[in-house]
Amino acid sequence: MSAVNDVAIITRRQLLLLTRVPEVLIFSTIQPVMFVLLFRFVFGGSISTGQPGGYVQLLMPGIFVQTVAFTLAGTASGLAEDMKKGLIDRFRSLPISQSALVVGRTLGDSLLNIVVLAVMGIAGYIVGWRPSAGLGNVALGFLFLLFFGYALSWVGVLVGLSASDARVVQNVSFIVTFPLTFLSNAFAPTTGMPRILQYFAEWNPVSTMVAACRQLFGLKNQFGATAGSFPSEHPLTTSLIYMVIIMLIFIPLSLRKYRHSVD
Amino acid sequence: MAEQLVKTYDKGRVRALDGLSLDVEEGTVLSVLGPNGAGKTTVVRILTTLLRPDSGSASVAGIDVIKSPEKVREVIGLSGQYAAVDEILTGYDNLVMFGELYHLGKKQAVVRANELLERFSLTEAAKRPIKTYSGGMRRRLDLAASLIVKPKVLFLDEPTTGLDPRGRQEMWGVIQELVKGGVTLLLTTQYLEEADQLADEIAVIDTGKVIARGTSDALKKQVGGERLEVVVEQVHVAKTLEIVAAVSGNKATLDEGLRLISAPVSTGSAALFEVLKSLDSAGIHALDVGLKRPSLDDVFLSLTGHAAEEKKAEIEEKKRGRK
Repeated sequence: MSAVNDVAIITRRQLLLLTRVPEVLIFSTIQPVMFVLLFRFVFGGSISTGQPGGYVQLLMPGIFVQTVAFTLAGTASGLAEDMKKGLIDRFRSLPISQSALVVGRTLGDSLLNIVVLAVMGIAGYIVGWRPSAGLGNVALGFLFLLFFGYALSWVGVLVGLSASDARVVQNVSFIVTFPLTFLSNAFAPTTGMPRILQYFAEWNPVSTMVAACRQLFGLKNQFGATAGSFPSEHPLTTSLIYMVIIMLIFIPLSLRKYRHSVD
Repeated sequence: MAEQLVKTYDKGRVRALDGLSLDVEEGTVLSVLGPNGAGKTTVVRILTTLLRPDSGSASVAGIDVIKSPEKVREVIGLSGQYAAVDEILTGYDNLVMFGELYHLGKKQAVVRANELLERFSLTEAAKRPIKTYSGGMRRRLDLAASLIVKPKVLFLDEPTTGLDPRGRQEMWGVIQELVKGGVTLLLTTQYLEEADQLADEIAVIDTGKVIARGTSDALKKQVGGERLEVVVEQVHVAKTLEIVAAVSGNKATLDEGLRLISAPVSTGSAALFEVLKSLDSAGIHALDVGLKRPSLDDVFLSLTGHAAEEKKAEIEEKKRGRK
């Protein structure tokens, strides 16, 4: 039980940080909202979807997924900061559960995601996003998004603990997440890509997540679904498998890295 | 406390600890004195369960560090070179959080936090974020965090490195208070003066080994106390060497580049006066004359035959290579 308690204390620390530096919360919501507005009004007019409600219906799931994918960078740079300041040493010399610090951090970052997704949802609604599915499915979609962010957060733990400098972490995370989110069906159909990239995009977890969310929000996923392939036919299952695999690999690796973080 | 510890980095190329053994008697203060890279921090990290040694054994308060690290963590307090507290949170927030992590319960953690803030004269700054604190205040808060549960053994890793003289004095005052309260303390430092002020015993370490151990008086005797230093023009060097040697009763050494002649003396200012007199009667005008108190460099020079600074540069080099 005390392990749960330790985790709760660490998570609370992070929420406390958000109230002390509200800029973090403001900027982590402004960026995705800006993306919503930019894509909606810059590309929205020129991409014809044949979908009732227009581009914004397809866009929102894409931006949601992109945003939670950046949890990776958030977790990584937060931990790298703690490492640099010697805070990790202090935590490790305390009589607490050794995984509390990282587990607490990943949970705290997920809580931040809830706020960010809520704000984006509202922004989307204002510019015309109207999911046609029932409330239950829409809620399930958001749960899916949070779960995806949580899984990636563990990748971030490993990145954050492995890097020597917080700025490097920022850069590495961006180099990983940007191509992943753009080489996907999130913002444009994959059918326009070179063939080899189409394959990549099709199996890209970001694409399967986007497709899964579109499905849950009541849309046909018209973008790039190479008809008949497994990920395009079963985006929900594929995404779930991806998340489980990511966690199965990165949770043990990250915890191991944390225990030996300075050896 | 520590037996034959060995720790290597970079696949054995850098031996941070090379069979180091140490022990601290309960209720006393041991200062581990050495230059950067001597292995001070590595020892502390092993004893505080942050690092595993490659070989050797260690125990803290009778508990094996390698076999039961979680038990060791319950009885130790650690305050490191960096102030390891959350910069964005306030002093009060930090102490309450760490109190809760020590499983004090929210109420008790709050009480303890206020006690410690009061004790370390931080009450006024309690509600300010740490990033607005001075270096000395940060260190005091960090120390407070390591005292939340009244540890049996306290580790202070270079508690005053990087502080200005005033901050250092304040920190010494705080540590002296603690020592009076009867804590078992292992303190690492680069400053002989600090070890002198705070410790019952001093262990001098270099390249991962203890090279001398004893009370500060005993060590100083070994170093030879104060040194007399004279700088003269080139033509007078030979004669001055004779005079300095005669006054000190020891062999005088010459730094040719600086034309600096020096020798250990035991009579302090009397020796200084005598040298000035002798130089004057020999018609030699000294460009610079002074008494120098023994520094870590002197300890090193006399104990190892090499200067602390060279060592430092060499180790830094290795460290860079490691990263």
